[in-house]
Amino acid sequence: MTMFLRLPAIAMAAAALAACNPAPQPVERQYGTEPELPQPHRGVLPNMTISTPVAWGDSQPVAPAGFTVRAIATDLGIPRQTLVLPNGDILVAEGRGGYAKPLKPKDVIAGIIKSRGTTSVPSGNRVTLLRDADGDGTYELQTVFAEDLDAPYGLALVGDDLFVANQDAVVRFDYQPGQTRASGEPETLVELPSEINHHWTKAMTASADGRFLYVGIGSNSNITERGMTAEADRAVVWQIDVATGMHRTYATGLRNPTALAIQPGSGQLWAVVNERDEIGPDLVPDYLTSVQDGGFYGWPYSYWGSNVDDRVRPQDPEKVASAITPDYALGSHVAALGLDFSEPVMGPEFTDGAFVGMHGSWNRAEPVGYKVVFVPFRDGRPAGDPVDFLTGFLDQEAKQARGRPVGVTVDPRGALIVADDLSNTIWRVSRDGATPAMPAMGTAPGESPQDQATDAPDMDASGQTEAAPTE
Amino acid sequence: MAVIVEHRYPDTLHPLHAVVLAGALPLFVGALLSDIAYARHYEIQWNNFASWLVSGGLVLAAIALVCAVVGVARRGSRTRRRVVYLLVLAAAWIVQFFNALMHARDAWAGMPDGLVLSVIGTVLVAIAVALGFWTPRTGARP
Repeated sequence: MTMFLRLPAIAMAAAALAACNPAPQPVERQYGTEPELPQPHRGVLPNMTISTPVAWGDSQPVAPAGFTVRAIATDLGIPRQTLVLPNGDILVAEGRGGYAKPLKPKDVIAGIIKSRGTTSVPSGNRVTLLRDADGDGTYELQTVFAEDLDAPYGLALVGDDLFVANQDAVVRFDYQPGQTRASGEPETLVELPSEINHHWTKAMTASADGRFLYVGIGSNSNITERGMTAEADRAVVWQIDVATGMHRTYATGLRNPTALAIQPGSGQLWAVVNERDEIGPDLVPDYLTSVQDGGFYGWPYSYWGSNVDDRVRPQDPEKVASAITPDYALGSHVAALGLDFSEPVMGPEFTDGAFVGMHGSWNRAEPVGYKVVFVPFRDGRPAGDPVDFLTGFLDQEAKQARGRPVGVTVDPRGALIVADDLSNTIWRVSRDGATPAMPAMGTAPGESPQDQATDAPDMDASGQTEAAPTE
Repeated sequence: MAVIVEHRYPDTLHPLHAVVLAGALPLFVGALLSDIAYARHYEIQWNNFASWLVSGGLVLAAIALVCAVVGVARRGSRTRRRVVYLLVLAAAWIVQFFNALMHARDAWAGMPDGLVLSVIGTVLVAIAVALGFWTPRTGARP
């Protein structure tokens, strides 16, 4: 009977239309300076392919030959970014942020689906310190440096001041070399835009001279679906005076600048930025770019320069015309969340370039990301295809994720520190034969007022580490 | 003398059926008006309202649809009019279902298709309501 056929027919029609999402077309160039940009397209339902979390078991991430991978900390409360202190100790910012409440029925459903691909442990809201006192590669001390923070993410050390970017403010701790516990409550340097906090991560780095902090403040929506008023002071990078806490907007139109780093030598600020979703599997590439003072990078009006996003009303052709094209595409939906420049201690293949941690996709039928890549540089600019540096986070066939990389930090002793916020692990990928003895605990020879995460300090007396790279 | 009156109220809707069918209409009309407001002013809150109103209308219309199916399935109450009513209501529900998916798109991505589907869907719902409540006169005609 017609009426009894009707209901199954509805379900079949829905299924058929869901399948109408464009298959990932063979896009030749998803990365580099001139990525191929297909036409925007979205099926009736958005693509949501969540990689089911599974335990690492006996396996671990895979590094290139000549590197050794070790888990140096486990059972953390969602580790995001790390900072290597002058004495070799590692700080780990742990937490989960955001106050965004569902606005539409879609948000309720999408929230449930997305949560299946992330960790279920509670937000740590703390900074943990890891110490390897004897330099054997085992971090025997894992202790809480500071707690009761609000979704800390960015970390930077300037002289004796340790700055932590909570999701709502930059706070300052006194730091003495060798310290394992904050000596008191932090003081607030400056409050950050935090209403809604759709994109809550506050990436941070310090300028080479230590005068300024740069903080990335992500947009409050995918593409303005929370309204333009919610986007005041969002999708920007702030420059904050370390001495006074005064700030100014340094660059705009950066949808979600999830990691910032200062390029050694030039002192130039670079960022990885997560671009918009739901216009196809091969749009819009996340990118790595130098951040120009006063630059506008398109969001929300356009992407990759002046490609207009028709989902934004009212449009702004003048802003579109002024949009800067980013330097280097990393691929659509890879979710780049970590960035650090390399150093010669990482070996000849990885001397000149930047490491990028990719959390991995959800808005793509064929998952991408879920790895750490190395973007080679030449003459201070990205040059050539990205090279896989740390893989094995994703079982591509089973669509199962063992881990998801976030922050990456070069340890000047010859290792890359990778935070994994799915397995709640810190991985240390050390170059074989490059680990020098620890400097004497409690001293910081040659310390300069710089962000130690992004700039090589003059290391210890072992003679292992060269002077900071010069370009 | 025994008087047997068959079908004194021959074809009225069950009260639950009536409530959900009548209730769905203003929700869909509200969604349509919200869509118009969003299209005119780009104020995102109208888009949020429309999205919830369509979803609410779908819930009520789905219950009405089940009632209508049951009504037609029952041998005694199957009439040509009831079948037409069911088909129109089913068509309206399908249109509004895709309208809900369209409204799940971010910002202007759901426009103008969402507005067009709201117009078509609301007209179909209004016709279904009219068919559902229209009852033939019983008893002697003057």
